Amino acid sequence: MDSGDAAWVLTSAALVLFMTPGLALFYGGMDRTRNVLNMLMMNFWCLLIIPIVWAVVGFSLAQSGDGAFLGNLDLAFLRGLGITGEDGGSALLTVAFLGMFAVITPALISGAVADRMKFSAWAIFAPVWLLLVFVPVFKWVYGGWIGDRGALDFAGGTAIHVNAGIAALAAVLVLGKRKGWPSQGHPPHSMPLVMLGTGILWFGWFGFNAGSALAANGQAVQAFMNTFLAAAAAGLSWGFVEKFRDGHFTNLGVASGIVAGLVAITPGAGFVAGMSPIWIGLATGVICSFAVGLKNKAGYDDAMDVVGVHFVGGLVGSLAVGLFADPEFFGGEFLAGAFYGGGFKLLGEQFLGNGATIAYSFVVTTLIMLALKATIGVRVAEGVEDSGLDLAEHAETAYSSGSATLAGH
Amino acid sequence: MKLIIAFIKPFNLEQVRDSLKSVGVSGMSVSDISGFGRQRGQTEVYRGAEYEVEFVPKVRLEVIVTDELAGPAVAAIESSAHSGEIGDGKIVVVAVEDVVRIRTGERGADAI
Repeated sequence: MDSGDAAWVLTSAALVLFMTPGLALFYGGMDRTRNVLNMLMMNFWCLLIIPIVWAVVGFSLAQSGDGAFLGNLDLAFLRGLGITGEDGGSALLTVAFLGMFAVITPALISGAVADRMKFSAWAIFAPVWLLLVFVPVFKWVYGGWIGDRGALDFAGGTAIHVNAGIAALAAVLVLGKRKGWPSQGHPPHSMPLVMLGTGILWFGWFGFNAGSALAANGQAVQAFMNTFLAAAAAGLSWGFVEKFRDGHFTNLGVASGIVAGLVAITPGAGFVAGMSPIWIGLATGVICSFAVGLKNKAGYDDAMDVVGVHFVGGLVGSLAVGLFADPEFFGGEFLAGAFYGGGFKLLGEQFLGNGATIAYSFVVTTLIMLALKATIGVRVAEGVEDSGLDLAEHAETAYSSGSATLAGH
Repeated sequence: MKLIIAFIKPFNLEQVRDSLKSVGVSGMSVSDISGFGRQRGQTEVYRGAEYEVEFVPKVRLEVIVTDELAGPAVAAIESSAHSGEIGDGKIVVVAVEDVVRIRTGERGADAI
C-alpha cells in the first residue's frame, strides 16, 4: 500500500471509531435522563471488548484463508501481521480499519434494547454475537460464498446494517417490551445530543464508506460523493414526509433521514455514481420514515428504531445496488445493475445474500438471547426499569441534582 | 408579614422582577417548575409519534414583604405578568409567622 493510501485508510479508521461515540450520543439523546448513561455504556463497552476479541481471534476467523463460510485461526493473536515485512504493515492496517466496523456493528443493536436490558447480559451478548454472527457473515460477504457469487456490499450494508438490524429484531422479541409500551412512551430527553450524534455519524461515515476503497483513489472519491449526497437526500425526504404527514419539519426526522440515507448508501458507495445516490437517498428517507411505524403495528418494542432505520435502510440500499451498480463508471469488473444493462443477475444475488444473512442472523441471535435469558437473565428487575438503569447498573446519574457529599465526611 | 407566591409564564420574569423592584421589593427567589391549570399542554411529535406534554414550564417566584407592601407587590406582579391568554398564572398570599435573617439573627420585619 503506498503512503497516500495508507494515510487515508488510517484516517478513515479513526473516523469510523468516532462513529461509535457518535452513535452513543445519537441514541443517548433519544433516551431518558435516567437511562442515558446505560445507553452510552452499552456502546462504550463495544469499544472496550471488541478490539480485544477482534485482535485475538475475530479478524482471523473473519478474513483469514479461502473458506467459503469461515476463516481460519492462522492470524489469531495478530500472528505474522508485522510492519517490517513486504506489505509494510498494510495487512495490520486492514485489521485496525475493519476492527472499527466490528466495534460498531453490535453497538447498533443497543438502540433497540434500551431501557430494560441487564448490562451484564449485554456485556456478554456483544462479544458472543460478534463471534457467532458478525464474523461468519462478514466472511460470507468478503471473501466467502456471498461475495464469490457476485453480490456487492461495498462498506457493509448487508454485513453490518441488515445483519445488526435483524439481530435487533430478534433481540427485542426475546427481551420483551418495556413496561407500559406502547401507551406509555417518552420523548427524547436531549435533541441537541441527537443532532450532535448525527453530525458525528455523518462525518465518520466518510471514513466508513470512502475508506472502504482501502485506497485514496477514484473509487474513494466517488464513495465520498455518494455519502455526501445520499445523506442529504434522505434527510430532505424524511423531513418532508413528516412535514406533510405530521405537520412539522422536525430535527429528529431530519436526523433519522440522514442516518437512513447513510445506511442505504453503504452497500453501494463504491458501485453507484452520478445522481443514483440522490435517488437512493430520497427513496430510503420516504420508506424508512414509514418503516419506523411498523413496530407499533407488529407489536415489537424497538426503542430507537434500529430495525426501521438500519435493517430496512440497509436492505433498501443493498437491493438498490442491484439496480444502480455502474461498473463502466468505475472502470471496474463487477456485475452491472438492472438500470445499467446488467439485467437481474445482480439484483438476484443481492436478494440471496441478504436473505441468507437475515435468516442466519435472526436465528443465531435468538439463540444467544435465549441462552442468556435461561442463565443469567436478560432483563432488569421491574423496580430498576421504573427508577432507571443508570443508578442501578452503573451507580451514576447523568444530570446531577447538585447535592452530593463524599461518603465518610 | 406576607409570603407572596406567584406562578407566572417564564418569559415574563424580567418584567415582573423590574415591576417589583419599582414598588420597593428588595429581594426575591425564583424556581423553574412545570404546571398546568386551565392551560392545555403541548403536543410534541417524534418520528411520527405524538406525545402529550401536560405540564407546561412555569416560573415560581417568591417574595417576603411587610403587610403594607403586600398590596402593591401583588398589583405589580399582576400587571406585569398579565397577557390575557390562558396560562398567565396565579398569585397566592400567605400569612408569615416569622422571618429570620441568618447572617445577623434579626427577626420579624427587620429581617425582611
